Amino acid sequence: MLEFISRIFGKDSSPSKNVAKERLRLVLVHDRTDISPQLMQALKTDLIQVISNYMEIDEAALEVSLDSSENQIALVANIPVKGMKRSGKVAPTGA
Amino acid sequence: MMSEVIVVTSGKGGVGKTTTTANLGTGLAAAGHKAVLVDADIGLRNLDVVLGLENRIVYDITNVTDKQIPYRKAIIKDKRYENLFLLPAAQTKDKTAVSPDQMKELCDDLRQEFEYVIIDCPAGIEQGFKNAIAGADRAIVVTTPEVSAVRDADRIIGLLEANELRDPKLIVNRLRYNMVKAGDMMSIDDILDILAVELLGVVPEDEMVVITTNRGETVVQDDKSRSGQAYRNIVRRMNGEQVPLMDLQEGGILKKLRKFMGMK
Ligand SMILES: Nc1ncnc2c1ncn2[C@@H]1O[C@H](COP(=O)(O)OP(=O)(O)OP(=O)(O)O)[C@@H](O)[C@H]1O
Ligand SMILES: [Mg+2]
Repeated sequence: MLEFISRIFGKDSSPSKNVAKERLRLVLVHDRTDISPQLMQALKTDLIQVISNYMEIDEAALEVSLDSSENQIALVANIPVKGMKRSGKVAPTGA
Repeated sequence: MMSEVIVVTSGKGGVGKTTTTANLGTGLAAAGHKAVLVDADIGLRNLDVVLGLENRIVYDITNVTDKQIPYRKAIIKDKRYENLFLLPAAQTKDKTAVSPDQMKELCDDLRQEFEYVIIDCPAGIEQGFKNAIAGADRAIVVTTPEVSAVRDADRIIGLLEANELRDPKLIVNRLRYNMVKAGDMMSIDDILDILAVELLGVVPEDEMVVITTNRGETVVQDDKSRSGQAYRNIVRRMNGEQVPLMDLQEGGILKKLRKFMGMK
């Protein structure tokens, strides 16, 4: 109630903890992009494995990185395709 | 013997690592466990004064890791509890005076004798942090409900996991219930939302922490204080008990009534 009144009398529009939480969320999006090279390598290996089921790719030229902008973060992958697999069918995984 | 080496860490300085270490150690000892507290904040020795043991120090951790003396000669027995001990930090050396390997060896020696080995970590993520976590099985991360402290806690949690210390437990210290209620301090849920770790406990902001520390005592021994209750609850949780979070409202009805009647 007290809070309500003080808001009405125009002290603040949003409780300061909401501001704190949102700022924290954003700063952590950036902090957490700092992932280890090992993790990145593991991601690359998995990506290659999955995509190879569908097409032939240039593994050596494959590039994966995290791109962060103001308030979001994107996984950007550049995967040169050398050729498509002839069959439209999905290769059974693990075969 | 079941023995655990627990590091108390935070990233950001001054959020309450040393206070937490002293109170959990004392609480565990009061509950009948044999515990040793290791001050790993080399160069900024503090745990001794918080425990009121500063006048009894003869040797320090570096004399042990340098193999000049066995650890039994360096540890100091607490004033009140027979089963609580302190291994003090060196005051006139720097963080490089101990290596992670030496720390690991020390922890493995201590775990032969003690049920709990609790390590007070220095602030930061440098050498001192790496030393402090080297021999630990588990980690407790302390934070306060502030943007900078929670951010640093997040970083520390990442570093702990990168060092195979998974599932650290969180203690939120210096919570001010009235500010949370007014929307001017992040709540426990807000913090857990962001950090996604398990909560070990919440310690309210309490002047009794300062008052007991002034005397070289720990607030966990004070039956009446709220922060003492919070630390006692944490100790019980560490021993596997399910203890609900205490009512964080400042003062019970009685206290409010007294205040209302001007009795304070
Ligand atoms: N719940 C609390 N209520 C009131 N004061 C507190 C509380 N917890 C800690 N303090 C006070 O905050 C100050 C810092 O605490 P402490 O020395 O334990 O932090 P620290 O994380 O070990 O610091 P450092 O990073 O310098 O080692 C001390 O003066 C302590 O008394
Ligand atoms: Mg400290």
